Amino acid sequence: MRSEPLWAQIVQQLNMRWPDLLQALLQHVQLVIVSMLIAAAVGIPLGVLITRARSLEAPVLGVAGILQTIPSLALLGFMIPLFGIGIKTAIAALFLYSLLPIIRNTVTGINNVDAATLEAARGMGMTDSQILLKVQFPLALNVIMAGIRTATVINVGTATLAAFIGGGGLGDFIFIGISRNIDALVLIGAVPAALLALLFDRLLGILEKATAPAG
Amino acid sequence: MIKFDNVSKRYGNGSVVVKSLNFETQEGELLVLIGPSGCGKTTTMKMINRLVPHSEGRITIGGKDVGSLDPVLLRRGIGYVIQQIGLFPHYTIEENIALIPRLNKWEERAVKERVRHLMDVVGLNPEAFAGRYPRELSGGQQQRVGVARALAANPDIILMDEPFGALDPLTREQLQDELLRIQSEMHKTVVFVTHDIDEALKLGDRIGVMRDGALLQLDTPDRLLTNPAHGFVEEFIGKKRIYQNPDYVPITDIMRDHPATTQPYRTAGMAVSFMRKHKTDTLIITDGGGGLLGIVSAYDLHSVGGDETLARIMKPVASVLADTATAKDALKMIGKTPLGVIPVVDGGGKVVGVVTRGSLLSFFANQWSEEDSIEK
Repeated sequence: MRSEPLWAQIVQQLNMRWPDLLQALLQHVQLVIVSMLIAAAVGIPLGVLITRARSLEAPVLGVAGILQTIPSLALLGFMIPLFGIGIKTAIAALFLYSLLPIIRNTVTGINNVDAATLEAARGMGMTDSQILLKVQFPLALNVIMAGIRTATVINVGTATLAAFIGGGGLGDFIFIGISRNIDALVLIGAVPAALLALLFDRLLGILEKATAPAG
Repeated sequence: MIKFDNVSKRYGNGSVVVKSLNFETQEGELLVLIGPSGCGKTTTMKMINRLVPHSEGRITIGGKDVGSLDPVLLRRGIGYVIQQIGLFPHYTIEENIALIPRLNKWEERAVKERVRHLMDVVGLNPEAFAGRYPRELSGGQQQRVGVARALAANPDIILMDEPFGALDPLTREQLQDELLRIQSEMHKTVVFVTHDIDEALKLGDRIGVMRDGALLQLDTPDRLLTNPAHGFVEEFIGKKRIYQNPDYVPITDIMRDHPATTQPYRTAGMAVSFMRKHKTDTLIITDGGGGLLGIVSAYDLHSVGGDETLARIMKPVASVLADTATAKDALKMIGKTPLGVIPVVDGGGKVVGVVTRGSLLSFFANQWSEEDSIEK
């Protein structure tokens, strides 16, 4: 089997495992999307919060930064005592890993809104929540989307490691391929993961453009 | 309308930026606050709509303490225009102007109508501009939108913080003219902050000059120019400006006091020696109480006998100035005055001085040479 050319190996593996591959791909997408949704749902409000309570900015960004510096594999390991083995653990780790870019971009986007625009808004008699919803948030939205995009692309790659803690996804193929020394399996896992990252990057890029403030 | 009662502003670090201000704006007046940077003029303005809370004293609007009002509702009733304009970049011009009416839940049709009307008022064609975004407009056009936005909810009060300061001189002048026109129609109570004295003199019904957090003088432009209450006010406005504008030079600064006068029963001979003594070629003829009767020139005396009385020789005075007149009145009159001599009379008709071509010329010549020596 080893003597066959790589492409033939790939065709053979695909023939054998394409239903598994499809399932792993869906699982991978699920890992990414669920963890990103939670990260956005937590990160954006947290980002907004720390633009209003400035004293929280340093601790929140600090903690998110530290999470980011933990090697991804180690972070997955730390999660096991909390959530056991499986997809939940993987999602929790990916969520923590995606927080920093989202929080930071939310803060940047909101802080970048022109001070004169805000002064005019306040002087005209807009309430704080009107200023947030009608001025700051719309103007910051594409910067926030850029953060989500960055986090998602990293997330797709990191999610391949979920396989090590039984989280499934395309990492399963890479994991088995490495341990059994089958290059074709590694590629069958890695190439779709890379394509997935490109696809997400493209789609979110379109969304980012669409959310750029008019004018 | 807006009343400051012993209002001070101090910051936590102990610095006092506004010191016990007392003044009141009249309804429908454009009140300019002026002074060098750091004098507290902007802080004073921002205390009105509570963008800056005051530390001491009371600010009332129509009798209501601003401190007791909800700041959001307070600001909805006060238009606000700032130097950096601060339009919402993601909203069209129409949406920018319509924002507060919409927040106030006006009917959509009324909002649309209001926007069109206000765009007309500030000189922007609604067809061409309503759907555009702020960055597609020039600075001058943007500030027109800024003014329209401030007027949108029809507030009684407008606060303007150096609104035209960042515009080029030509555009600035256009917008000043537009503001005057709009104000003459709408009669808002406007508090206008600037550091440009020309702008202040042009726009202000009254001007308050501030320095180091204190209001030094609050007066009409005329009185500020003719009667500066404080050395700093005079300095800040600039003497030069005063004398560049003959409108503001009182005639009493120019006229020669104690002119050569005599009475009509004197003879021509006496008049000639009197002229010699006073080194003049004209005599003002007055009655016993100093009331103006006529004028006699040396030329008139040539052709008459020495014992003719002045009553028969004197000519009626073609031009007279009241002592409340200005240099401008004198300049306008002097060209048409036969002898180049204009008597100045007080309210009772008594002669108090005389303006001649010579005294006018030497007055303005002195101003220019004084100025030169200062500049050098």
